[in-house]
Amino acid sequence: MDLPNAETLVAHLADRIAPHVGADSALVGIHTGGAWLAKRLHQRLGVATPLGTLDISFYRDDFSRIGLHPQVKPSDIPFAVEGRDIILVDDVLYTGRTIRAAMNELFDYGRPRAIRLAVLIDRGGRELPVCPDFVGERIALPQHQNIQLTLDASLRFVLSLQS
Amino acid sequence: MRKNPQINQHGELNHLLTLEGLPREILLHILDTAASFVGVAEREVKKVPLLRGKTIFNLFFEPSTRTRTTFEIAAKRLSADVLNLNIGASSQSKGETVLDTVDNLSAMHADMFIVRHAQSGAAHLIAQHVAPYIHVINAGDGRHAHPTQGLLDMYTIRHYKPDFSGLRVAIVGDLMHSRVARSEIHALNILGTQEVRVIAPKTLIPSGVEGLGVKVYHNMAAGLAGVDVVIMLRLQHERMKGAILPSAQEYFKYYGLTPEKLAYCSGDAIVMHPGPMNRGVEIDSSVADGEQSVILPQVTFGIAVRMAVMSILASSGS
Repeated sequence: MDLPNAETLVAHLADRIAPHVGADSALVGIHTGGAWLAKRLHQRLGVATPLGTLDISFYRDDFSRIGLHPQVKPSDIPFAVEGRDIILVDDVLYTGRTIRAAMNELFDYGRPRAIRLAVLIDRGGRELPVCPDFVGERIALPQHQNIQLTLDASLRFVLSLQS
Repeated sequence: MRKNPQINQHGELNHLLTLEGLPREILLHILDTAASFVGVAEREVKKVPLLRGKTIFNLFFEPSTRTRTTFEIAAKRLSADVLNLNIGASSQSKGETVLDTVDNLSAMHADMFIVRHAQSGAAHLIAQHVAPYIHVINAGDGRHAHPTQGLLDMYTIRHYKPDFSGLRVAIVGDLMHSRVARSEIHALNILGTQEVRVIAPKTLIPSGVEGLGVKVYHNMAAGLAGVDVVIMLRLQHERMKGAILPSAQEYFKYYGLTPEKLAYCSGDAIVMHPGPMNRGVEIDSSVADGEQSVILPQVTFGIAVRMAVMSILASSGS
């Protein structure tokens, strides 16, 4: 399967988001891939509000089955969430469970005016009613395959496929 | 008894009973996880849903308000249901054994016990007795160990002085009766601290303490020279009765941390105390409230560290 060029997708995604960025907008990336992507979008779109990051480990719905993620990173929301227009950013959208957890965590910081979802890849396979607002590209993937955003040696985005 | 009854067959931390012999990577994992919990207290909703539906019993066979409260707050911030039992006042006076009490609470579907007991080894005994899915945290047993206090002290030190390999740490006071000091010494050694010193009058230092890898001093000027971290221990008033010490005033004169004695330390040394403090006995108010004191941050970090321990234990065996 030919994977799209990740850098091209980032450019497309930024173009789609750009008309919706206002003074109250804030970007929040989900660790780890989503945080990289959000950082890039934040620079590209020139968003004034400082960048937020979320580690959703404390909000996962599978804690009792698989336990705590071995490397939890602190969440960092350096702005008041109350009344904010939040664009939540993740690299790959699959079941929707990560997004559910991220929204729950965001609400513990305050009540945003709106949350919109931006993802680089929507690979289908949703298990929850989650629908992205901005998508780089839709790729239908079978269940046994995984698509991942990585950084190469020159810090450029690369998509890779695992079976 | 197995070599390390707090680690399960998968190498996971299943109970927290002592820091002695704890693998360095587990200790660091607890500290790293705690760092993620610190921010939770600064949010509008100071809670995460991690232990929702879990029932945690604070089993205090020995009175303690502070430690019990910090465990209770930690459990509540993880969304667990927490019940406080001051057993000294109820079952035991009716003749029920510790293990009968534990069995009864287990029948109420307890998921975790936090145990404080005047007898060394009480938490071990309970950990070996309970069903495998129940986790036990030692919140202080006799003179043996107080592992979460040791961990929160390590977290505090690391927050201000990230590299243990270049640190000189002095622990001052009643080493003889202090489970806190014992846990701190084990943890400091596991983390590769350059030098650990203990400073106290001869009557308050247990024989053979050098075997734990510490240098013993009986004089503050020599012992504090150039140290980066000073940990003051609480002097229990009871100790004055048994002719171990002449008087609180005399103890303060020789071992109380005053600005003059603090000046022997490195200029950017931090001052710690596990609480509750006896002002004017082991520490002068101007030091306790001074710029180098990190005594209140210790309390704040202590909650995050206990949240980390509880969630890591609850993860094991899953």
